Order: sequence, then C-alpha cells, then structure tokens
Amino acid sequence: MAKTPLQFRHNGRDVALFVDGGTNLLVVLREMIGDLTPKFGCGQGGCGACTVLIDGDAHLSCLTLAEAVEGRAVETLDGIKSGPNLHPLQRAFAEGFAAQCGYCTPGMLMAAKALLDKIPQPSREQVVEAISGNICRCTGYEPIINAVLAAAASLRASA
Amino acid sequence: MPVTVKTFQAASEAASALSSDRAARYLGGGTLVMRDLNEGDVSIATVIRATDRTLQGIDAAGARIRIGAGVTFARVLAERDLAFLHPAARSIGGPAVRNMGTVGGNLFAPAPFGDFTVALLALDGIVSLQGSFGVRDMPIEEFLQSRDRQAGALVVGVSCIRPASADAFRYRKIARIKPKGGSVITLAAHLPQSGGRVTGARIALGSMAPTAIRAKAAERALEGRPFDAGAISAAAAAAAEGTAPTDNSLASAWYRREVVGVHLRRLLSGQES
Ligand SMILES: Cc1cc2nc3c(=O)[nH]c(=O)nc-3n(C[C@H](O)[C@H](O)[C@H](O)COP(=O)(O)OP(=O)(O)OC[C@H]3O[C@@H](n4cnc5c(N)ncnc54)[C@H](O)[C@@H]3O)c2cc1C
Ligand code: FES
Ligand code: FES
Repeated sequence: MAKTPLQFRHNGRDVALFVDGGTNLLVVLREMIGDLTPKFGCGQGGCGACTVLIDGDAHLSCLTLAEAVEGRAVETLDGIKSGPNLHPLQRAFAEGFAAQCGYCTPGMLMAAKALLDKIPQPSREQVVEAISGNICRCTGYEPIINAVLAAAASLRASA
Repeated sequence: MPVTVKTFQAASEAASALSSDRAARYLGGGTLVMRDLNEGDVSIATVIRATDRTLQGIDAAGARIRIGAGVTFARVLAERDLAFLHPAARSIGGPAVRNMGTVGGNLFAPAPFGDFTVALLALDGIVSLQGSFGVRDMPIEEFLQSRDRQAGALVVGVSCIRPASADAFRYRKIARIKPKGGSVITLAAHLPQSGGRVTGARIALGSMAPTAIRAKAAERALEGRPFDAGAISAAAAAAAEGTAPTDNSLASAWYRREVVGVHLRRLLSGQES
C-alpha cells in the first residue's frame, strides 16, 4: 500500500516523512522520529499518557490520525525545557514528589502546560479539570495538583 | 493493517466516496474510529476525511441553532451563544477528548456515550445528511432509530431550537467517575410553558437504550399541566416506560430502570444530584 507524505512541526522543527495510512501520531512520534517522551498507555484514549499539544491544545496522540497533523505544530514533553534548564512544571513535579513511577508524568505535564499557557493563574478546580483525562496509578493526584499550582506561581513570578 | 486515507475538500465528494465504499469509515475527531483502528478492526479498509469549512460552522443567530458536524466540544464551550449546551459539552470526556471529539461523531457514539446527542434530542434536533443529490434533513429521533442503516451517509450538521429561557432546558449526566466518565444515565428536558402550563415537553434519556431515546410517557405526564409537584411525580413514575437499557461495567439494566425516575424527579424539581 502506498505511503502518504506528511509534514508537520515537531517542537519547533519541521519534520517530513512517509506514513502508512491509518497510523496514529503516537507511533509517528515514538517509532518514526524517536521522540519517546509521549508514552503508550492504553491506545484507547483512556489514560492520557500520550497527551501532546497540537496547535497549543491538548490532544491524545494515540487517537490522532497522523495525516490530521499535516502542516500543524506538535509539541511534546521533549520540547518544553529550554536548553539544560527544566521547565518550571518539571521542576515543581520533581520537587513536589508529583512523580513516582513516572509513566503518567509526560502526559500530565503536557495537559498542565496546555492549561497554564491559557490560564496563568488557575484555580484548583481548573487544575483538576485540566488533568481529568489523565490517569495516575501512583501519586493519588494531590501532589500533582499542588505541583501544577506551584509551577503556575513560579511562572508568574518569573514573567 | 494499513488503511487507505482519502481526504476531500468538499463534503459532497467525501459523501459520495463514503456511500460507494462499504468498507469506508468517515473520520470526525477520530476518538472512536482511531480506537477501532488501533485495535485492528479489519472491517475498516478506507478512512475518509473532509476539510470542508462548512462542517466547522456555527450559526447561533436565529431561533434555530445550526452546528456543523465537525465542530468540537471545545468549540461549543468557547461559543457564548451556545451557553445552554455548555453543560452537555462539558460532561464529555477530559479536555483532550473535548478538543478532538465532534458533534457529528457523537450522533454515532454507542451507549454509554452520546451525551451531546441526548441534549439535541430534547431540543428537537434535525440532522442534515449529505447525499448524492444534495442535503436532506431528518428529525434526530428518526435518524437515531435508523442509525445502523445510516452508515455511508455523511452528516454535515445538526440544528436544534434555542430554549426560550435558561430554566426551560435542563441537562444532567449521572456518572460514577467525576469529572469525567461514561454515563450511567444522561437526562435532558426541554419544558416550554405557556399560560402556566407545559406545552411541547421533551424529555430525552441516554444509556437507557442503544441510542438516546425520548421518554414519551413522562412527556405525556407533563403535557398541558401546570409544572407542579403532582406533574413531576407523574413524570418520574413514568420515566422507565419504553426504555431498554443494557448491563455494562457502569451499571446494570435493572439499576438504570430503578433510578431513572429518581434522577428525572431531581432534574425536574431543580434539586442537586
Ligand atoms: C476517553 C474517552 C472518553 C469519552 N467520554 C465521552 C463522554 O463522556 N460522553 C460522550 O458522549 N462520548 C464520550 N466519548 C466518545 C467520543 O469521544 C464522543 O462521543 C465524540 O463525540 C465522538 O466524536 P468523534 O468526532 O471523535 O467521532 P469519530 O471517532 O470520528 O467517529 C465516530 C463514528 O461516527 C462516524 N462519524 C463521525 N462524524 C461523522 C459525520 N460527520 N458523518 C457521518 N458519520 C460520522 C464515524 O464514521 C464513526 O463511525 C469518549 C471517548 C473517549 C476515547
Ligand atoms: S495511550 Fe493514548 S490515552 Fe492512553
Ligand atoms: S507516577 Fe506512576 S502513574 Fe503516575
């Protein structure tokens, strides 16, 4: 079967490749361009581990048809730190013990980034809502919610 | 297994491609179609997409609201004129699902999904289908009853009435996992009143049958009566009539039938769930 050409921006860089029809974006990111930061959890939309930003909005990459990102900007956890410095969200997660096994963390961070990019001073309810599609089997969510609120405060302080 | 992806600019071209290929599936937001592909559903050989801007349109100017099939729930939530539909849009999935899932795709979502469709059914929705000879309109109830036979028809949009007042339309989804999760029961009620009496009551239920259905016995119990405790009790008592829920991991059919009247009573009398 013929492959389809696909071009999109991946963390600010242009990518061009050929994909099999029906391939999902998570497979493109992990297996074709080697960005292992989005995780494969369920492949059904249920866990949020594969969350990436497409044109700034949170999407589930396992349920995104690769062709649907043609010409669009995809951002993953790999793109959020600047140089050697961790993003304030990453720092807050590390300092606040918001990651244990860490499997959900990339998806959580991207869901949280989608929120903070739009709402710099979110309420606790808004944080809960923003991560409501992301399952964590370890932390009990409280440290995650607190870390997102702490990161929001530190982002505002440095703005 | 790889599939053939066909992307069309015009909805009409996508519609003819869809109707001429039995192994083709239209892709809206993909939240259900991609799940099937990821699970290796071999009945899908072709995926059809349309980039037509008309599928993205919202026209909220008149008494009837029109929403393009490709409009996502996030778009509905961003539209102030659609405030009466916000509770229904907000009850669906998490933010990523709302950024992806579309109003058109929701019409096809099997129970325990299809929450937005419940709201549209209570608001006398009309589904616009693109055929080879243009667009034809079909009442949403008729559409849902024949949904299995609609495979191969492209939905271009849906319209519904705008409730006369905020109080005239009520929506509630009963779910076990909050803030997101599949529906135990979804309820929507449109209760226009004139001269102190209910006229043209519409009550729609989700997860009480394979598709959203109207609770016609409950509607009859309200019709032409003052909207008081007696009418509400009669409607609640009739809520389960004509329903055909199934068992799933969220609730048994028995439980759904037992509690639908309780939730309808709460909805109609304005109580918290
Ligand atoms: C984690 C998760 C949580 C969810 N939670 C909810 C929830 O709480 N409530 C709820 O109602 N749903 C929920 N859903 C189901 C789903 O996301 C929604 O029902 C959504 O509206 C489906 O739309 P879509 O565009 O993504 O559909 P798709 O997956 O693109 O399509 C679904 C079906 O509809 C057909 N279709 C789509 N658009 C058209 C069209 N324009 N014309 C003809 N056929 C069309 C497709 O061919 C396919 O058969 C959830 C899904 C996931 C993965
Ligand atoms: S892997 Fe995408 S939501 Fe679970
Ligand atoms: S840290 Fe283990 S799943 Fe969240």
